[in-house]
Amino acid sequence: MRIAVVDYGMGNLRSVARALNRVAPEAEVEVTDCPERLRAAHRIVFPGQGALPDCMRRLHERHLLEVVQELMRTRPFLGICLGLQVLFDRSEEGDVAGLGLLAGKVCRFPEDRFGPRGERLKVPHMGWNEVHATREHSLWRGLAPDSRFYFVHSYYVQELNEAECAATTTYGFPFTSAVIRDNLCAVQFHPEKSAAAGLTLLSNFVHWTP
Amino acid sequence: MGLARRIIPCLDVKGGRVVKGVNFVALRDAGDPVEIARRYDEQGADEVTFLDIAASAEERDLILPIIEEVSAQVFIPLTVGGGVREVKDVRRLLNAGADKVSINSAALQRPDLVSEASGFFGAQCIVVAIDARRAATASGWGVFTHGGRRPTAWDAVLWAQEVARRGAGEILLTSMDRDGTREGFDLELTRTVAEAVGVPIIASGGVGNLQHLCDGVRVGQADAVLAASIFHYGEFTIRQAKEAMDAQGIEVRL
Repeated sequence: MRIAVVDYGMGNLRSVARALNRVAPEAEVEVTDCPERLRAAHRIVFPGQGALPDCMRRLHERHLLEVVQELMRTRPFLGICLGLQVLFDRSEEGDVAGLGLLAGKVCRFPEDRFGPRGERLKVPHMGWNEVHATREHSLWRGLAPDSRFYFVHSYYVQELNEAECAATTTYGFPFTSAVIRDNLCAVQFHPEKSAAAGLTLLSNFVHWTP
Repeated sequence: MGLARRIIPCLDVKGGRVVKGVNFVALRDAGDPVEIARRYDEQGADEVTFLDIAASAEERDLILPIIEEVSAQVFIPLTVGGGVREVKDVRRLLNAGADKVSINSAALQRPDLVSEASGFFGAQCIVVAIDARRAATASGWGVFTHGGRRPTAWDAVLWAQEVARRGAGEILLTSMDRDGTREGFDLELTRTVAEAVGVPIIASGGVGNLQHLCDGVRVGQADAVLAASIFHYGEFTIRQAKEAMDAQGIEVRL
């Protein structure tokens, strides 16, 4: 099996590749921005950190928009962090359009919010939070309910189709922390940095038959 | 339930080796950063921080293969600090596998470094480390360099606000009055800075027992607590620290 990690110059791509190597030692994991190599892969992982406007610009500059959109429809596809946010119509961040594969908009966490214990809710939302699966899916296999994963982000998705939400996480209010539609799944947290729970999720993705 | 408070063990590294010997049971090599990071991961550490205390640039490059190796084996966030002077230093550490890079005195010399690094790589991977101690400044704490010996013109709270504005995603706040004393965090300092900025604060300096960690969160309002010696010498495990915090109603990842 060949797994391609989309390289568009953003984020800790090698960490993702190393974690995939760990859960799928038999697979060939390649970090690449070459459309032919991406099309030759059986599974696609689309990681990302940073700002959405930069992400869209770099996809454009590297001529990856077309191939990524094609693979999102045709391969088991996992988006991570920015790789989730980019799927939606629009983002407040720089007021840019995303890929528009899913309905919804990406908004910034408001500042100066306080949690149930009076604690200030900092932005970025950084650290280990609970992921509450809202539907059954093989991606969650072997994970305890409400397992903790590592998050680091300042933006979240709202106004999406409820049917596409696969998990929620609470940070002052509940937000969507995973989406699944057909062959496409995406998570707001970083499975590659989420210790055993993260590796379980990546292994589930590698063995997933949509 | 929501976001957990983090516990972060900090390892001092020099010439590719962990210094201030770590004393775990049955550790084959007490100076091997990879093995030590793996132990902390197994104990449930939420992140690991490496502080490079190398004296020269050549010596400092020795940390890169270590970061590569740790990040191939330990799947939790890794922060690396020490000697970060330019954007290219940040890039080199991130490329090796660091998730966050901590900047200290270079930010004071040239605050634009924080803005530039955050602009290039995103706020999520830029930590600014602030060494503070009590001084006659506006808030009562000043920013110091050279291990707390040399004062700067900055007030600690104003500097924290300045770096947050410039795009630091997190602040590592060390009390140089408490560092090495084992008397606990400077809770007033921690709380003052935690309330003054919107980004997460890691409390550091002075931890001598598990209650100090709990106080850092409950009283100091820290988002994360960092400690070195209480974990290194096998006095307490990360797991014990988390159980102590949990028993006091602090949300942790168990």
